[in-house]
Amino acid sequence: MDLSFGPRYEELRQQTRQFIAEHGHLAPPSFLDIDRPKTRAWQELLLRHGYVARAVPKEYGGFGAALDPLEAHIISEEFARAQVPPGFGGQGIAYLVPALLELASEEQKRRFIPPTLTTEILWCEGYSEPNAGSDLASLTTSARLDGDDWVVNGQKIWTSTAEIADWMFCLVRTEPDAPRHKGLSFLLFEMKSPGVRVRPLKTMTGDAHFNEVFFTDVRVPRDQIVGKRGEGWIVANNVLLHERDDLGDPDATLQRLGTLVELMKRETVGGQRVIDNAAYRDRLLQLQGRVMALRYNHLRLLSSKLHGKAAPLAAMVVKLQGTELRHELEGLAVDALGEFGILYEQGKHLRDGGSWQAMYMFYLGLIIGGGTSQIQKNIISERGLGMPREPKVAS
Amino acid sequence: MEFGLSAEQTMLQQSIGAYLDRAAPLERVRELCEQQVERAEDVWAGLCDLGVPGLLVDESHGGIGCGLLEAALVAETLGSRAAPVPFVATAVMAPLALAAAGSRAQQERWLPALAEGRIVAGAALSEAASHRTSQLKVNGTRLSGRALFVLDFAADVYLVADAERRLYLVEAGAEGLRHETITTIDRTRGVGELILEDVTADLLPGSNDPEVCNRVIDAGRIVLAADTLGAASTMLNKAVAYSKERVQFGRPIGSFQAVKHMCAEMAAELEPSRAMMWYAAHAFDALPEDSRLNACHAKAHISEVGTHVARTSTEVHGGIGFTDELGLHLWFKRIGANRQLLGGPHQLREEAARLQQWV
Repeated sequence: MDLSFGPRYEELRQQTRQFIAEHGHLAPPSFLDIDRPKTRAWQELLLRHGYVARAVPKEYGGFGAALDPLEAHIISEEFARAQVPPGFGGQGIAYLVPALLELASEEQKRRFIPPTLTTEILWCEGYSEPNAGSDLASLTTSARLDGDDWVVNGQKIWTSTAEIADWMFCLVRTEPDAPRHKGLSFLLFEMKSPGVRVRPLKTMTGDAHFNEVFFTDVRVPRDQIVGKRGEGWIVANNVLLHERDDLGDPDATLQRLGTLVELMKRETVGGQRVIDNAAYRDRLLQLQGRVMALRYNHLRLLSSKLHGKAAPLAAMVVKLQGTELRHELEGLAVDALGEFGILYEQGKHLRDGGSWQAMYMFYLGLIIGGGTSQIQKNIISERGLGMPREPKVAS
Repeated sequence: MEFGLSAEQTMLQQSIGAYLDRAAPLERVRELCEQQVERAEDVWAGLCDLGVPGLLVDESHGGIGCGLLEAALVAETLGSRAAPVPFVATAVMAPLALAAAGSRAQQERWLPALAEGRIVAGAALSEAASHRTSQLKVNGTRLSGRALFVLDFAADVYLVADAERRLYLVEAGAEGLRHETITTIDRTRGVGELILEDVTADLLPGSNDPEVCNRVIDAGRIVLAADTLGAASTMLNKAVAYSKERVQFGRPIGSFQAVKHMCAEMAAELEPSRAMMWYAAHAFDALPEDSRLNACHAKAHISEVGTHVARTSTEVHGGIGFTDELGLHLWFKRIGANRQLLGGPHQLREEAARLQQWV
């Protein structure tokens, strides 16, 4: 065990702190209600200073630093500590770009990565369908080749930010006669293509960043495929890997825990601070213990990347544990607020902008999205513990 | 930066584990539990040959001079085999107390004897750690009263704390001292009671600073948490192995999602606990300002995880898990005892709250 980062990294930490102190006020308040000019200006500032896309090569619009998980860790920790948004993540930058870097052609990398990093292109992810959720490989949206175009027909659902996205990365069936996983391909196309129709789905939080997307004879140039025909499952799983890494971020949860402590010191019941009530306090301390355990697990994973020591089980538990924990943390805040916990959206009595209720519900969405908790448990037990798969039902 | 174990640390765990697999297989542990002895002398002698009691003793006193992380890794290994040997008091709490607060004469007398395994030391710090009993009276350097839940019982010398958290050594043969074994759920370790009537006690002079006693308790808590981590890992492994063998409805029960998810939940809680144990043990030596909060949280959290695993693994085994046949209950009980000793989870979380000035 050696938890010192060394002078080079401590210098980066100081630089990051200074940058946030000088420029943090320019950050857009929320990436959920995206203000595009403000988001883009902030993003470009971060790009220039290497706080996003730090290890993406310069020729693809990145900062061009060597890949260094410790640098990324320090930057993420400092932005979380300051509670300043660390640049626009979104499906494009956080999940698609890493997969493109690994699997796309040179021409595709040059064409798609730079405008994605600046947020000129916002992406949405076309995976789930009404009849293909947890069983994603059964999806039926089809693409057949007609001349120089793919022609796409079908429907996607639970498509976050489709209503504002410029492009979609989409998993479609191109080989109807191949076995399930081998019949899929990974296409990229513009949302303004003729035949694409977006229908918003309002979620329980009241937001409408969820959508259904319908495709009727959508024509996609044949070179807008990542990987070969029939290799879509491999590309999609690469994307999902980055997605699951992202969903259990312990730095953000640690910050949120700090805000919860402040809330429990501020709110009172019968003149007594909520934190002075043993029942509430014990729940808080239980959560703190779990946050600490996940944070150390995160450091272990960071170290395993640095030193090439695999810790597969430690990685598989992150999405499951991280999202469940965050949901419970937000839930304790709602309880700590008592009747004030039911206030929402607006009004003079609202506490913390209603964010506790909103996040309590939002994290239930994340428990379900990106592979439900139940799918995560299948992965942990089958791939992590080597338990047998459920036998297939004869069809 | 490296958050993980070195090659030497991994080797230490492997060599102790391999020795225990030979010297203390399940049948042997069971036999000893039935005999109701405090420890397996032969198994302990073998561990002494491997240097276990001298892990934390410095080299000038005949030890190895390792840190608490090494001790915690050994404890994890002992827990994983439910090894019926002394450790937490003999190899951790007593040597640390002597090194921090003993006079030169005390150190020279006791530390080499401990490091070589010539003597076993017990720890009577329950009162200081758990605040359940307060019956020990001090008169100069003479002690009277009772000390309950003495760890590594049937020892040659006992580390005893008074109400002011001063630490003393009391020799087993001291006049006025009576020993009584306490029957607990965990037969793999000796726990007892000391009844003192005006017994001569040898004060560790440095322990006038209560911080010494607090540090000794922190170390004990971390090591008990590590023991639970090892015991719980064994229970998960046994559940997974059993679920692959046991067939019902024409298939291994491990192919049913209900059973798979129980195992996944255990693993999902245990993996982060491992990192937490490493951090807490490392912080004890390297990050003293971060140490107490981590010791409290590690023991509280890993006890909760351990309890969940102990129950769930037993359930995965079904009826046979509830019986004596597989010996699964040995680990269940060890986890149950570790949970309560030196402070249970609720008490530890309250301490953590106070440390952060939340109350």
